[in-house]
Amino acid sequence: MPILEVKNFRKSFGKTEVLKGVDFTLEKGEVLVIIGSSGSGKTTLLRCLNFLETPDAGTMQVGGEEIFSAETVHMLKDDEIRRRRSHFGLVFQNFNLFPQYTVLKNICLAPMLKAKEQPDFKKNKERYQREIEENAKNLLTEVGLSEKANSYPCELSGGQQQRVAIARALALSPDILCFDEPTSALDPELTAEVLRVLRELASRHTTMIIVTHEMAFAREIADRIIFMDEGIVAAHGTPEELFGSEQINEHLHRFIRAMEQ
Amino acid sequence: MSFWEVTLWLLDGFKISVMIFAVTLLCGAPLGLPIAFCSMSRFKPLRAVSKFFVWIIRGVPLMLQIFIIFYVPGLLFGYQLFADVDKFMFAEFGIEDAGRMLAVMIAFTLNYACYFSEIYRGGIESISKGQYEAGQVLGMTKSQIFFKIVLLQVVKRILPPMSNEIITLIKDTALANCIMVCEIIKQAQELAATKALIWPLFYTGVFYLLFVGVLTILFGYFEKKLSYFRS
Repeated sequence: MPILEVKNFRKSFGKTEVLKGVDFTLEKGEVLVIIGSSGSGKTTLLRCLNFLETPDAGTMQVGGEEIFSAETVHMLKDDEIRRRRSHFGLVFQNFNLFPQYTVLKNICLAPMLKAKEQPDFKKNKERYQREIEENAKNLLTEVGLSEKANSYPCELSGGQQQRVAIARALALSPDILCFDEPTSALDPELTAEVLRVLRELASRHTTMIIVTHEMAFAREIADRIIFMDEGIVAAHGTPEELFGSEQINEHLHRFIRAMEQ
Repeated sequence: MSFWEVTLWLLDGFKISVMIFAVTLLCGAPLGLPIAFCSMSRFKPLRAVSKFFVWIIRGVPLMLQIFIIFYVPGLLFGYQLFADVDKFMFAEFGIEDAGRMLAVMIAFTLNYACYFSEIYRGGIESISKGQYEAGQVLGMTKSQIFFKIVLLQVVKRILPPMSNEIITLIKDTALANCIMVCEIIKQAQELAATKALIWPLFYTGVFYLLFVGVLTILFGYFEKKLSYFRS
């Protein structure tokens, strides 16, 4: 059974229809890369998965549970939406770290707030705090920034900020981690360090959905690729299927050639 | 009158000025927040009412607002509310000018709450959408996002315009003069009228200067405290 199943996602902004019925599935431990030109709906799709946008139509299941349906979403309370979106994590293009907190606090803030909702939090406050901080430090080591725990975001390079953002998203252990063009705001030399972290996550079978313009990287890391064009899934398959075959999709072919130049 | 006696006499007036200042700040600064939220509300009628109110308050001289608040209860209902409070408080507790002070404080609080609300609104709207969204995808509630993420960034941004407004406030307290509240300039004018002393009037400037100096240092300190991050 797929861990994520999206059916018929549609979304319009005013008169512009951005998603025109998107379907796809994702297996646990799989890396799905979404490519496509600007305005093809990639980012909107990711934002819909994370409940930052509400699709006008469609349904979504995670692990067999229906967590979104356009018909019933209006009846959900904020707390229920919070619970449901916790299946997903999202790493933004421009990091969005919290500037007033240290790197460590950036990572610990949300898990601590979540722990506060536990009934036994008051009694075991110190244990919770220790565990969350330990986990955050491990994550920082994983992204190669253990020595920056007490730095503030403004003291870090873009690549370092993005790696902190990845650690922050991982700290809540989401089922599916989404990346919205994670290297688009970075210089080429900083891109490499972020891609290295993504490769590391992929090798440990973290379930991920990555929107990217890095074609070579997409080809290398993806288990499956979705090519979006004008709000629909224009082509999907393994990297070999998509990049190998000549006549699979004319648009895709033009797009790939344009990107690789 | 000796220099020392004049100083004490003026200090009596400056106490009143500082009292108006403190009450306006303590009541007006919090009151600005709900006004700011109404001005940003997604509910159109509420937003319209709030913006209309702010327009009126910011569009009319504060001196006129003091007159209106002080005199209009008497004109409308034939009942001199603030004058009666004056008489009552003097008769019962020996406190002078209580009703006039009350009218001044209401006018100042409303006026400054509106100015503060616009500063708050600007500060809140300047925080990028990404900060809210980052909080949302990390599973935070709306109030957690506001208090744990947005608020301190807003405070940092509004500190310079707030210090500007607050410095203006202490000088605006001289407007209480218009309904005979004995703030520092009124006190000095009285010396001019009864003792033919004009120099105390100019001397009042020193009080304001010292007070503003302290405020400037204080706000400089807060700004430095918040300079450890950039947003």
